[in-house]
Amino acid sequence: MEQVSVFIQQHIELIYVVILSVFLGIEVISRVPSVLHTPLMSGANAIHGVVIIGAIIVMGKAEPGNYLALILGFLAVILGTINVVGGFVVTDRMLEMFKNKKDKK
Amino acid sequence: MSSILSVIYLIGSVTFILGLKMLSKPDTARKGNLVAASGMTLAILGTIFLYKPEGQSLHNYGWIFAGLLIGTVIGVMAAKKVKMTAMPEMVSMFNGMGGACAALISIVEFNHLQGNNTSAMAAAMQHVQQAGQMLEQLGQGQFSEQRELLQSLFQVDYRGTLLIIVLGLIIGSVSFAGSVIAWGKLNGSVKDFSFSGQHIVNLVVLGLIVILAAVLLIDVNNTLPLWSHGKTAATGFNLVFYGLLLLSLLYGVLFVLPIGGADMPVVISLLNSFTGVAAACGGFLYDNPVMLTGGILVGSAGTILTILMCKAMNRSLKNVLIGSFGGSKAGPAGGTKDQGSYKEISLSDAAVVLAYANKVMVVPGYGLAVAQAQHVCHELEKLLEEKGVEVKYAIHPVAGRMPGHMNVLLAEADVPYEKLLEMEEANAELPTTDAVLVLGANDVVNPAAKNDATSPIYGMPILEVENAKVVIVNKRSMKPGYAGIENDLFFQPKTSMLFGDAKQMLQQLVAEIKQV
Repeated sequence: MEQVSVFIQQHIELIYVVILSVFLGIEVISRVPSVLHTPLMSGANAIHGVVIIGAIIVMGKAEPGNYLALILGFLAVILGTINVVGGFVVTDRMLEMFKNKKDKK
Repeated sequence: MSSILSVIYLIGSVTFILGLKMLSKPDTARKGNLVAASGMTLAILGTIFLYKPEGQSLHNYGWIFAGLLIGTVIGVMAAKKVKMTAMPEMVSMFNGMGGACAALISIVEFNHLQGNNTSAMAAAMQHVQQAGQMLEQLGQGQFSEQRELLQSLFQVDYRGTLLIIVLGLIIGSVSFAGSVIAWGKLNGSVKDFSFSGQHIVNLVVLGLIVILAAVLLIDVNNTLPLWSHGKTAATGFNLVFYGLLLLSLLYGVLFVLPIGGADMPVVISLLNSFTGVAAACGGFLYDNPVMLTGGILVGSAGTILTILMCKAMNRSLKNVLIGSFGGSKAGPAGGTKDQGSYKEISLSDAAVVLAYANKVMVVPGYGLAVAQAQHVCHELEKLLEEKGVEVKYAIHPVAGRMPGHMNVLLAEADVPYEKLLEMEEANAELPTTDAVLVLGANDVVNPAAKNDATSPIYGMPILEVENAKVVIVNKRSMKPGYAGIENDLFFQPKTSMLFGDAKQMLQQLVAEIKQV
């Protein structure tokens, strides 16, 4: 138990950020028309691609001889990039169609 | 962390919040996506060039840029080439990539941790030095007490890091395996699969995961007799870690397999928020605020979105996850009642019915998406309008395989926005509608959802097409829809069936109507 409280003390700022972000996420999304559910899901999908930053850090810290880290890190960078780039491009493609329709109105 | 990088991360976090906010409004949605994307680009570039752990720049730039380049090419190609109908699969696949990325990071960091090479260790070494200085000041008398303090501080760092690594591993792997299965289910390469006692098996696997994770975290000193079983302690520790990886992958598969295809959007949205949490674990690991906020935002927003989707289907999340369609399939099959016969309608009759109606309501479903029939459908609509028929589309919130799926498809075919009616509006207009044309939709027009309390879809709001004068249903065959249940609508006297591929049927229908 003691260790848990020490851990919490050490990371108290991060824990605040987590809790506030949870509420922020709920607030931001709670009123959204069902038409936008799919693009929104896709957009959120692209945003969690921020995990790519972790992959870059892993890659950048890997020692030249550490093949496990190099190979897995490289794979992680590729997968993360696909998530980010693909996610944003697909979302844009979906939303582009909504926009066309508005112009014609 | 350099101060410029801190500012960049701050900007990144703000763009994510703004982006999500703008994405939830139709007018600003596209801009919101771009805002978030530019924030992401900034954060990535900032990390590459400015991130200096322990004062050293990152290296392996060649590898990093090669990875970014390959990923970008694959990502753009996949996103540009994918058909609008296959959009849900694509999102699921991208989500799986993110989950896999998080799991890989955890694996590498676990090995770092084993090799005494992480920032947590560095922090622990700092404690050692501090404590050493304290010891000198205090003299030998309180040495043992100080050493205990030292050890416990060290263990907090070690356990904390290990906890986050393990969480990232488990959640990332579940999300990856689950997304791949969801992808396979949506494109038809993985069939629904369930066996009796599946929930129990799932619970056992989940329990094993929790127990193994707890063993790893509690026994950080590798003192359990388990390890000394002919192998060195470190090997046993590694085995448990990789066992966790395998179990998590297995759980991801088992978790998604029994869930009915119609519920896939909900599952994808849920897995989406899982990946968000996995990304946030990375944020904890590297003290990285942008990963933390981005991940948690998606985690919580994704959860809310999941619940909203469930609400659109009038079901609870628990019902989707546990009371899966697969499990209740036996219900309607057991209660087979004589449903009578259905009647077919010829193309020319259908053409006449539509051409002489005053108001026609089109109900699109997954069949339309599969057949890529949205353009022909728009053609038919224009043709009928020229003949003075009022044509509207009734969009069920979960028609297709994702909420908004039909809106996206019809928008692609340039169908005007005003013609798309949401469910409530459509239901209000249906009693005054002369003919309803159901294109590859099934469960969303099944009256059993209203009338039959034993039906697995009972309680789901539906489009009440039976209120219209005539209903023409285009389907490929009499096979039941995704929920796997019969549809009474097809056997009602006012309903007639038009079998065939939606696109071909519509093309022939257009030709027939031109001759009317």
